[in-house]
This record gives sequence, structure tokens and C-alpha cells, in this order.
Amino acid sequence: MTITEEQVSGWLEAVKDPEIPVLSLVDLGVITSIDIAGEKVKVTMTPTFVGCPAIDYMKKDIVEVLQNHGIDQVEVEVNFERQWNSNMISERGRKALKEFGLAPPPKHDLIVDIDILQHVECPNCGSTQTVLKTPFGPTACRSIHHCENCKETFEQFKPL
Amino acid sequence: MIDEIALKELIYKMADDLLILGHRNSEWTGLGPLLEEDIAFSSMAQDKVGQSYALYQLLHDLGENDPDTVAFMRNAEQFHNCQFVELPIGEYDFSLVRHFLYDTADALRFEMLSNSAYEPLALLAKKIKGELRYHTMHADIWIKQLGAATEDSIGRLQESLIQAFPYALGIFEPSEYEDQIKADKIFEGEEILQERWMDKISAVIGSTALALPDLGTITPVYGGRKGDHTAHLQPLLDEMSEVFKIDPTADW
Repeated sequence: MTITEEQVSGWLEAVKDPEIPVLSLVDLGVITSIDIAGEKVKVTMTPTFVGCPAIDYMKKDIVEVLQNHGIDQVEVEVNFERQWNSNMISERGRKALKEFGLAPPPKHDLIVDIDILQHVECPNCGSTQTVLKTPFGPTACRSIHHCENCKETFEQFKPL
Repeated sequence: MIDEIALKELIYKMADDLLILGHRNSEWTGLGPLLEEDIAFSSMAQDKVGQSYALYQLLHDLGENDPDTVAFMRNAEQFHNCQFVELPIGEYDFSLVRHFLYDTADALRFEMLSNSAYEPLALLAKKIKGELRYHTMHADIWIKQLGAATEDSIGRLQESLIQAFPYALGIFEPSEYEDQIKADKIFEGEEILQERWMDKISAVIGSTALALPDLGTITPVYGGRKGDHTAHLQPLLDEMSEVFKIDPTADW
């Protein structure tokens, strides 16, 4: 059996972010490379936030999913060589986040300042009449906002 | 050729600062004066402990013990953190002032280290400096708001600032390897960092009703970097390592 990178990438779509179960690691953008040598597959990934506690679960899930596809020799390496930023979330990932009720991070030029945290589009009603309540949320990657229009409090996947 | 002893000393002091301050921040979980602040300090605690883990991992790659052993099995005199981070959380005003003074320095330090000649450290620093933007943003917002709000808030912050400042200067305690790490282009050194820090914090404090203490009248509290600590550190370490010492294989 010859395995291709596309195949492995396709299989990895089944591995979801344990804290956001609608978002695959591929769409999240944390898989930075897939190297295949014969029967051996090496997946390299990079965390969204350095202290992300979900990373060990993700590693375990990657090994499990690939083993279910008959690959016994799986190595997952976490490093910072190619660094994650929120622009790496795919369009499909952004859509999934919004449907999940989390505002996707605005695209940015890699310099995040407070302006792009104000007036985040509300995932419930689409209004931009919103205010940042706090840049810290229930997980390292989320901030908390309030919508003046629909009066709902919502979370955003933080731009980084 | 990089001097590994000098490099390790630099990484140890940063990792120990982050672990201890992360632990102190976590003491606000459930106690914050506002729900948002409770979450903010808890979230920053998680970031800092995670960042310390990544730094201990760099040390492990350089031949030191594994991160859990290094974090949980040392006594106070083996820690290289500055005394500032081990002080109790006090009232919210003290924790906020410490957060502002420390995190401003930390953000600048990682900014400088993102150009380090030791590439694993430079890569990690580049990552961490992006996350720290949220920490300094949070600190600046609150210092600016509460530092110009009521007589009570200004008075409390001013008092904490005076109390904290000699300890904050201890962040920049020069290392005996200062010349070495500069020569090896690992880090530009504590002196330059302190200058940049003074500029940054002066700009924020200058936009409030607060006043920075006169640098000339203050004796920095040094010693932490060489293992000399206050009586507050050992009880913190005992609490932090309690589960690990009962069962080193415990998983949670």
C-alpha cells in the first residue's frame, strides 16, 4: 500500500480540536507537515497557544485515527518551527466556528492591537455593534464580547 | 560556540519566574473582584505555566532533568526566579501592579529574545511574544482606567507601586554571565531590558494620576536569581508539589 500526503491529510480531518469539536486540526491550521517514509508517517504540528492543554489529546487522537487506517508507525512531533497564527484557520474552519457560535478571528497583518478586538461581528445576529468585555475567556484561545444589538454575550476565537 | 552554562542560567530564571508567577496568578481563581478578572488571571496563569513548561523543555533538550522533575523536585534555594514573583497576591491592586510591571518586562524580554542566536529559544520567544500582547494589553487597560479613576483606586495603586518597585527592579538583577550571553548574541542583557522597560512603564504611568518612585532613591531587591528567597517561596513550592510528591505517576 502506498500512502500519500493527501490521504493522510484527508484522514486527519477526523481529528477535531477537543475544545471546539466542530473544527478539525487541518482546518485549524496546526498541522504543519506530513512526512511519509514507506510505512512510517510523521506528523508535525504546532500549538495555537504555548500552554494549550489540548495538545496531548490531539497527539493521541492523531495516532489513533491513523492507526485505524492501518498505519502502525506514527510519530507526532510538536515544535515551533512553523508558527501558528490565526490567519491559518481555513475558510471552512471559519464557517464551522461561526456555526458553533464562536466568532472567527479577523484576518490581520500579524500585528494584533486592540482595535481589531472591538466591534467583532456577532455570530448570533451578525451585528458589529459589539464591545470587548475581556481579552481572556474560558480557554486560552477565546475572548469574551457583548452584542449591543441582540444583547447576547459571545466568545471569539482570538486573533494571534 | 555558545556557552551552555550561561544559556541555561538565562532560561532557568525565565522559566522559574513564569512558573511561580503563574502559580500566584492561579490563586485568583474563584476570588477575582469581577468575574472577568477572575477569568483573566486564571487564563494568564495557564499561559505562564505553559510557557514555563516550554522553557523547561528547552532545558531538558540541553541535558537538564525533565520538566516535571525540575518544576516539582527543587527546593527554594534552587529556584532562580526574582523575589518579586513569589510575593503573595495581596490585594487586587498589588496583583494588578505586579502584573503590569512584570509582564511589561517579560514582553520586552521575549521581543529581544526573538532575535537570539540560540535558535530554539528565538523560535519560542517569537511565539510567546504574540501571546504576551494580550497580557500587556490587559494590564495597560486596567492601570490606565484605575490609575485615573477615584481617590481610592489611585491611592491603592500608588501605594502598591511604591511597595512593588524595589522588587520589580530585581527582575533585572545582572547575571554573572552577562558578558558571555551578550558576546554569544543570545540576549542583549538585563541593563538594556531595564532601560526599555522604564520607557514603556513611564509612558503608561504618565497617562494616569500615578507617579513612579524616583529610581535614585530605591535599592533594588536582588538575590532571587542566585537562590536567595523570601519566606514566601517554600510554602508555595510545598503546595504546588504536594500531589507530585505523594504520587509522581499521578495523571490529571
